[in-house]
Order: sequence, then structure tokens, then C-alpha cells
Amino acid sequence: MMAGRKPYATPAFSAPGPPVPGGALSAIVVENVSKHWTTAAGMVRAVEGLSFSLDPGTLNVLLGPSGCGKSTTLRLIAGLDLADNGRISIGGQDVTRLPPSRRSISMVFQSYALFPHLSVAENIVFGLRVRRVGAVERDRRLQRVAGLLGLTTLLDRRPSQLSGGQQQRVALGRAFIAETPVCLMDEPLSNLDAQLRQEMRQEIRNLQRTLGITMVYVTHDQVEAMTMADRVILLSAGRIEQNGSPVDLYETPMNAFVARFIGTPPMNLLQLERGAAGAVIAGTSGPAVATAELAGATLGVRPEHVVLGREDGVAGSVDAVEYLGADSLLACRVGCQPLTARVAGRTGLQRGDKVRLGWAAAASHFFDGATQMRREVQWNHQPATLVA
Amino acid sequence: MTRTANWLYGWLLLLPAAAMLALFTHYPAVTTLWHSFESTPKAARPSVFVGAENYRELADDPIFWKALANNLWYAAGTIPLSIALALLMAVWVNGKLRGRGFLRLAYFTPTVLPMIAVANIWLFFYTPEYGLLEQFRGAFGSSAHNWLGSRNSALGCLMVVAVWKEAGFFMIFYLAALQQMSPNLAEAAAIEGASRWYFFRRVTLPLLMPTTLFVLVNAVINAFRLVDHVVVMTRGGPDNATELLLYYIYEIGFRFQDSAYAATLTIVLLALLGSVALAQFWFLERKVHYQ
Repeated sequence: MMAGRKPYATPAFSAPGPPVPGGALSAIVVENVSKHWTTAAGMVRAVEGLSFSLDPGTLNVLLGPSGCGKSTTLRLIAGLDLADNGRISIGGQDVTRLPPSRRSISMVFQSYALFPHLSVAENIVFGLRVRRVGAVERDRRLQRVAGLLGLTTLLDRRPSQLSGGQQQRVALGRAFIAETPVCLMDEPLSNLDAQLRQEMRQEIRNLQRTLGITMVYVTHDQVEAMTMADRVILLSAGRIEQNGSPVDLYETPMNAFVARFIGTPPMNLLQLERGAAGAVIAGTSGPAVATAELAGATLGVRPEHVVLGREDGVAGSVDAVEYLGADSLLACRVGCQPLTARVAGRTGLQRGDKVRLGWAAAASHFFDGATQMRREVQWNHQPATLVA
Repeated sequence: MTRTANWLYGWLLLLPAAAMLALFTHYPAVTTLWHSFESTPKAARPSVFVGAENYRELADDPIFWKALANNLWYAAGTIPLSIALALLMAVWVNGKLRGRGFLRLAYFTPTVLPMIAVANIWLFFYTPEYGLLEQFRGAFGSSAHNWLGSRNSALGCLMVVAVWKEAGFFMIFYLAALQQMSPNLAEAAAIEGASRWYFFRRVTLPLLMPTTLFVLVNAVINAFRLVDHVVVMTRGGPDNATELLLYYIYEIGFRFQDSAYAATLTIVLLALLGSVALAQFWFLERKVHYQ
């Protein structure tokens, strides 16, 4: 409508493209999608050559630090921004240049985007009114969604009269009442307190399963990603670092970035150098923690896999002890590198104490020193003593 | 700090503003009310209490009624138009538009310029024979018309100037309100498939109601206290066609030196404006949503 006059203001939409062959198997397919922004500082790459496909009825999390392009990706799927390159299809239909209303999606915004002058009920049925759904049908769907979300007694209130958690439910209601096969969520829980966030995590997950919708969920919180997702796509600087299940990301991180991003506290990354009997942690004289060919690579060990007091462990000293209740975090130093260990309960250790730190061979991850990519090597040098 | 000291500090802080208001607003208002019940003092004869005599005179004064009628026409002609224009410009300038900073400034200039100077420019536009408007019309072969000198068009000419001036001023308020609105609202509506017009009608307009109320009150007050254009452009003529209430008060008070009657007119104008403002707040408060 306005496309000819203000191409930079209104995305230029066009007719739906042909069905994507084989696309029906996936709910959403993103192929080689790029998006650039022009700012005062010049061209900024928001996402670059992104490709992934999401299965129907699954909950998929786009995870990453701020500025990694996860929200941009969501907005490209929603059609609120248009991709510079590449193709996006939803439900087997190419929607790359379709307006948001014709992509059969619903969306929950971080700010909830509730209309402050409309009641809860009017907020929820806003889209049904736009699409001229009949009053009977509208009411039936409103009652169902309100019941599902526990909003039945709040329907006459204004958003300003609701708590943050209730506003969040209204935003969910407005998305679910559309009954679209795909629901997009942009950091929906980030404005809630910790207690409520945990409840809502489970509730959103349950609703997603009950309604059988395909959900794309953007968050920077790895706990949300790990607890809710069927699939996690971890992004950094506009590119995919790893795309897999939460277990994949935790157990086989594809590179050092993923290793550090998933898990709290993050995985320890230690520089290796050549030692007497193989590769040793830089700054120590042994024992060997890997075969000699891994000298110069990076060793990754999760804090929860570090065990204290093994005879053959690496010698280190305690820098600080953080007592968390169920367990304690020991900030140690090995050679000149920091290494955090997570041990159960309370320890009698203090700053300056000498410790020996060990871990099972299977808990070792190795990353290339130059590329930071995962190196698949089996380190079974001393299985008898290293495995408890 | 004790409770008493707090109370004292509060009053001390309020005192300067309160004193100024009392001296230059409240006291003159009360004396004006008092003067309206007295006769005008002359050199040989001090003022005496005459009761409602001045108000009776007012009721029989055809020029007062003419001025009031003119003022109502003027308000009815300028207020809706300038508000609608302000809203339109604000929505336009709020969008992603090349050079919108320049546009915003351009729309605001009428408010910044001194009105006497501006009225002189408009005077040139309306000048018979060689004015801009006449030259333009002449090019199309239309017959000559004295815009400000004709009873039919003089008030209309003043109204055009007022709309031109007010719209930019009101646009600033609408623009500020629009900038406060989260772009997510429009995006949420776009996902539901709402057209721009539907979104404007169902969301933007209701959310702008507090601004509209504020602008409306200002517009009414401005319409009734206009005087500078009249002084420069028409002096109330021709044949009282552009006689507006405040200009009439000015004429009575300072040209004819009838201070008592001027006080009476002032009280009537004040009562009128006060009741309009009250009514606006009273009726619109219910329809206005304050976040």
C-alpha cells in the first residue's frame, strides 16, 4: 500500500511464494537468512547466513548473549523485519516477503505490548475482532483461553490493575486465542521475579504441549533454555554456534563458546602444554591430563566434574570459597590458570590451602587451540586411577 | 526535623510562587469583580456602587453579542481544524521519514515567531490588488476581492492564520505523546492483521485522549483570548465583523476609558472560559484513559 513511497519504512510485501518442496515436514525452515542494519557507525550485521529447521509441535529456544541476533531472527520469522537474503518458510509455505498477519503466527513481546486502555478481555480478543470472528465463537474462545490461563475473574480489569505475572498471562492469552500453529516469544519471562519465572517456565511448557503448537522462544537465560527446550539454537554475533538438544549442548559442546555459555558456573577452560608424559596444564609439571598431541589445545572440565583429594590429581591452591548451601564453589588456581570446582556441602578448606584436583577421563573436553572447535579424542591414559 | 518544621518549610517554599499568583492573578481578579459592580470613576466624580447596572448594559449591547457570536464562530472554525491538522502532522512526522527533524522544526516555527510580525506577513498575503493571494487569483483571471475589507471573508482570514499558528504548537504535544507509545503495540496489532486505520482508531486515538483534552482546553482558551492578530490586521472591522471579546475589552478599557464596563466584560469572559474548561474536564475525564 505504501511500499512504493516509503520502501525503507514499510517492508515491501508480496504475494505468497510457491510451496517449499519437502517443507511440510518442518514447521519452520530458515535458509541462509541474513539481515544488516545501517547505523551511524556503518553496516551492522545482525544475522549472517542463518539456516535451521524446526519440527512441528516442539519448543525451540534461540539462546545467546545480548546482541547475538536472536531477537532479530525472531522478528524476521514474524515478518516485523524483512530478511536481506535467504528464505523463510512456515508450514511449508514460503513467507519470506509476506506481512506478519499472513504468516499464521502469534507473538508474545518482552514488554507484553498490552493495550493499556482496553480491558483484559478486549486485549485478548483484539485479533479476533480485527479478523471479524463472530461474537459466539469469540466468546467461546475467550472463555477457553481465560480458563486455561486462570484469567476468568480478571477479564474486566485494565492491564494497569494487574500484577506483572497476570499481565504476562494476558499476553499469552492474546497469542493462544489466535490458535495459530506457530507461537513466537521474545524473552517473555524477563520482567518477572525469580519465583514466578520458574512457575511460568513450567506453565508455558505445559501449554505448548497441550496445544501442540510450535514455539520459538528467545531468551538469554540458559536455565530457561535447558529446562524448557526440545531444541536449543545457540547464537553468537549473528551466527549459529550450536543447534541441538539441551543434552547435546551440555555434554558435547561444539566449541569453547558453547562450553562456556552452557552451565553455571561455566566450564573451566585450561591451556595445555607439552609435559613429560603427555600434555599437562600450562604452568604445571604434571601429571599429564591428555596425550602429547593435545599440547597447545584447550582442556575443558565442568566444575561439577572436578573431584578433590585424589592422589593423582593436579596440584592447586584455593583462592576463594563460595558456600551455596547444597554445595560450595571452590575458586582454585592451577599453575597460573583459574579452575573452579563444585563440591557437595561444606568443605573445611580455606583460602591458601593446597588441594589436588582430579576428574574422570570421560569428563574431559578438548578444543583446538587456534579454532576453538571441539576435538574428539578419547583420553584413556590412566583409566584405572582416574575413574573413581 | 520535627513535624512543625516540615510544615513551615513547605509553606516557605510555596510562598514566592503563591505571593506572585496572589499579587498578579487573584487580587486583580477580585478587584475586577468588584469594579464590575461600580460606575467608572471620572475626574470630578469618584466611582459609586451601581449593582448589576453594568450587566444590564451588557445584555443590551449589540456589539458585545456580535463579539461573542464572532468568538464562537472563531472557536468552532479553528479548534477542530487545528487539532485535526496537529494530529495528522504528528502521526506523519512520527513515522520513519527522511528529514523528519527538519519537518518537526518547520511545523513548530509559527509558534516561535512573534505574532505581530507574523500578522504583518499575513496582512501582505491578504492585501487587495498586489497581495500574494490576489496576485495568485489574478493569474487565474478571478475578479478582485478585498479579503480583510469584506464582512464575509475577514473573520475567515483570521481563522486561517490561527489554524496555521496553532496546529504546529499542538502537534508538538501529540508528537511527544506518540513518542511515548511503545512500537510493540503497533507490531502486536500488525501480527493480528489490523490495518493502520483500525490501529489508529482503536489504539492510537484512545491513548492520545489525555493529550487531546489538554490541547482542547488550551485551544479554547487561546480562541477566546486572541487579540494580536485583530490589532494588526483588522482592528475589529469591517463593521465589527472581526470584533472578538478580548479585543472589545481592550477597546472599551483603553480607547474609551470605560474601566467599569471593561471589568464587567472581563468577568463575563472569565466565567465563560472557566465553565468551558470545567465542563471539558468533567465530561472528558470519564472518557480519557490516564495510564
